[in-house]
Amino acid sequence: MLANKSMFSQTVDQVNVQERVARLFSRSIKKESKVAALNNILSMIDLTTLEGKDSPGKVRQLCYKAAHLHNQFPDLPKVAAVCVFPPMVPVAKKALRRTGIKVASVATAFPSGMSTLAAKLEEVKAVVGAGADEVDMVISRGAFLRGEYDRVGEEIAKVKETCCEVHLKVILETGELVTLDNVRIASILAMNSGADFIKTSTGKVFPAATPPVVLIMLEAIRDFYLQTGKKIGMKPAGGISKAKLAVQYLVMVRETLGQDWLCSELFRFGASSLANDVLMQITKQFTGVYQSTNYFSLD
Amino acid sequence: MNYKTDWVYNPAPESADHVRIQERYDLFINGKFIPSVKNAYFKTINPANENKLAQVAEAQKTDVGLAVRAAKKAYENIWSKMDPSERGKYIFRIARLIQERAREFAVIESLDGGKPIRESRDVDIPLAAAHFFYYAGWADKLEYAFPGRKTQPVGVAGQIIPWNFPLLMAAWKLAPALATGNTVVLKPAETTPLTAMKLAEIIQECELPPGVVNIVNGGGETGQALVEHPDVDKIAFTGSTEVGKFIMKTVAGTGKKYTLELGGKAANIIFEDAPLDQAVEGIITGIFFNQGHVCCAGSRLFVQESVAETVISKLKNRMETLIVGDPLDKNTDIGAINSKAQLDKIKMYVDIGQKEGGEIFQSSCNLPKKGYWHAPSLFTGVSQSHRVVQEEIFGPVLAIQSFRTVDEVIAKANNTPFGLSGGVWTDKGSKIFALSKAIRAGVIWANTFNKFDPSSPFGGYKESGLGREGGLEGLMPYVHLV
Repeated sequence: MLANKSMFSQTVDQVNVQERVARLFSRSIKKESKVAALNNILSMIDLTTLEGKDSPGKVRQLCYKAAHLHNQFPDLPKVAAVCVFPPMVPVAKKALRRTGIKVASVATAFPSGMSTLAAKLEEVKAVVGAGADEVDMVISRGAFLRGEYDRVGEEIAKVKETCCEVHLKVILETGELVTLDNVRIASILAMNSGADFIKTSTGKVFPAATPPVVLIMLEAIRDFYLQTGKKIGMKPAGGISKAKLAVQYLVMVRETLGQDWLCSELFRFGASSLANDVLMQITKQFTGVYQSTNYFSLD
Repeated sequence: MNYKTDWVYNPAPESADHVRIQERYDLFINGKFIPSVKNAYFKTINPANENKLAQVAEAQKTDVGLAVRAAKKAYENIWSKMDPSERGKYIFRIARLIQERAREFAVIESLDGGKPIRESRDVDIPLAAAHFFYYAGWADKLEYAFPGRKTQPVGVAGQIIPWNFPLLMAAWKLAPALATGNTVVLKPAETTPLTAMKLAEIIQECELPPGVVNIVNGGGETGQALVEHPDVDKIAFTGSTEVGKFIMKTVAGTGKKYTLELGGKAANIIFEDAPLDQAVEGIITGIFFNQGHVCCAGSRLFVQESVAETVISKLKNRMETLIVGDPLDKNTDIGAINSKAQLDKIKMYVDIGQKEGGEIFQSSCNLPKKGYWHAPSLFTGVSQSHRVVQEEIFGPVLAIQSFRTVDEVIAKANNTPFGLSGGVWTDKGSKIFALSKAIRAGVIWANTFNKFDPSSPFGGYKESGLGREGGLEGLMPYVHLV
């Protein structure tokens, strides 16, 4: 499985990664290029609610918001998907009918992944059966950190098998992987095992998506593509609440993966409050002033 | 990979409105701006669009004589006798004023020299200030620098600096000379005189005693007059090896002290266990920083065989994302070539490389019509016998070779008349120590490249020069130990 020497033995130097990130993040994005980026970001958002206290009512509100981001600007794009817990899949599915917005569900004992493989597969089967368009699974970090890469890979492959055509996003939970070397290994492991997307975090562990981690994952995606011709998607999630940071991530995607990844089929933001900040920035680009947050719906 | 994206960055130019550039600059002698005796001027242009920026007085032999006389008088009567802590205060003042006017300096450096504002703003100007700060601190601590010895200043220092880092090189030269009690006649490069003239304004503002720093602009003849002047006690030169050899001949037997910081053809060595993506960044910084106008540029790349193909393909992809264009744009990675003469030289080498059978790759960026521009380029299929591997191009042109063993790469890295710098990329500490001992070069960077700090000595082996600048060692050329 681990076929190519240069790809898998490649190490990561943290200091230089931070330097590269700083360089990318210093790009100055203004005027039309900023508006274009903000619009693109909206279309890449997986609007997310993953709380123990989630209710069908809250999910329905979120779904309505997903399709009607800000009525002041009717031409705004819709978000890419709504991401919920398994029991909420039918609710979201119904609420999003005919909107073109996808339903994503977390599965495999999210967020810890601490369950038996059988139970995980059962859960995946259930959400796929309920009509989820995308499944966000978590890897077994314990097994990964013990060095049982085969086991982690096998689990991902089995989940993918259960998903069939449904898109599989593999959450690495990079906050628990400790080193950037591990992030790279886990990324390649996930892609080799059938991931359609790789995703940084559950949002339940600190730190969630960090710029160095995202850069390493994007570089792994690029290397995997150059090796296999397969385009794998990327989803940073957790801790991205400001439009400016999202634009900076878009710069990172542009200069690492290029044109093909600048779309919601291959790049997503997992976020709950990002959309409103982007909307506020878009409004500011048109009106020249910042509005109060009260003008943007909280759902 | 497709890096020609629909989403492009809008221009984000740094404003130049706040910058004051006079139509004419005179010589700075004995604390005053005076025209040259012949009233001769040459023009300095913006290499990004060939527009004239200003007229600059061209110092004749007589002018150089006046400057040296002023420096000698200031040395004998004031500066060498001044309490060292007082000297330090003046230098601190210069450092602070550079910081205060950093934006103006950065914009002028980019206008006059063609380098991207990102570099002049983040590297050139802050480092120049840092050098003054660093040596200001040494001024009253010289007895700790050389325990058990006393230091005496040398006298009048003639300093000739290049066009690739105009203000920074002025700082490298001036700061240690002033801190140790010498006075200076500085000759900036012909194509980039403006920031030195701005520095002269600051020096006036600091009320540095007249004659301690004198600045004479001009070309080779002005430099020659300075080198040959009998009252100059020390020559500090940064520039080409050819001129360095001439200086060595000229000062031979005169008793003048001298330091030379000359050309380079550094080996940047990537081992198979290196962090490859970061190494690629290091290669980019190594050769394309300041359009490759860097004496310590990593212009010879050695990649271990097993990863050569991977690294070269990563490098080519990365080159496609470099933004080449308006030096004042904050997003520009690579600016304009400093002068027409330099552009011609680079083109000549690219031509030679192709004629000798090297395979060239150039980034597909669009180059502006006006001004002097060169696309980032690399050669593969070249060897130690090719001229593009042997000679310093001083432009954005990289020569790549692969290697199999450690011994082979050491032999090849040292197989050059130069020895200024080198780079090693590996995850293994032992390899770093082995290589840095074996490579005969003044600076070896490990898992990084083109990093500078005032406290770190810099200088070359072999035809890359002699003497060190920066750090404690950088004080030595400016003192006699007694």
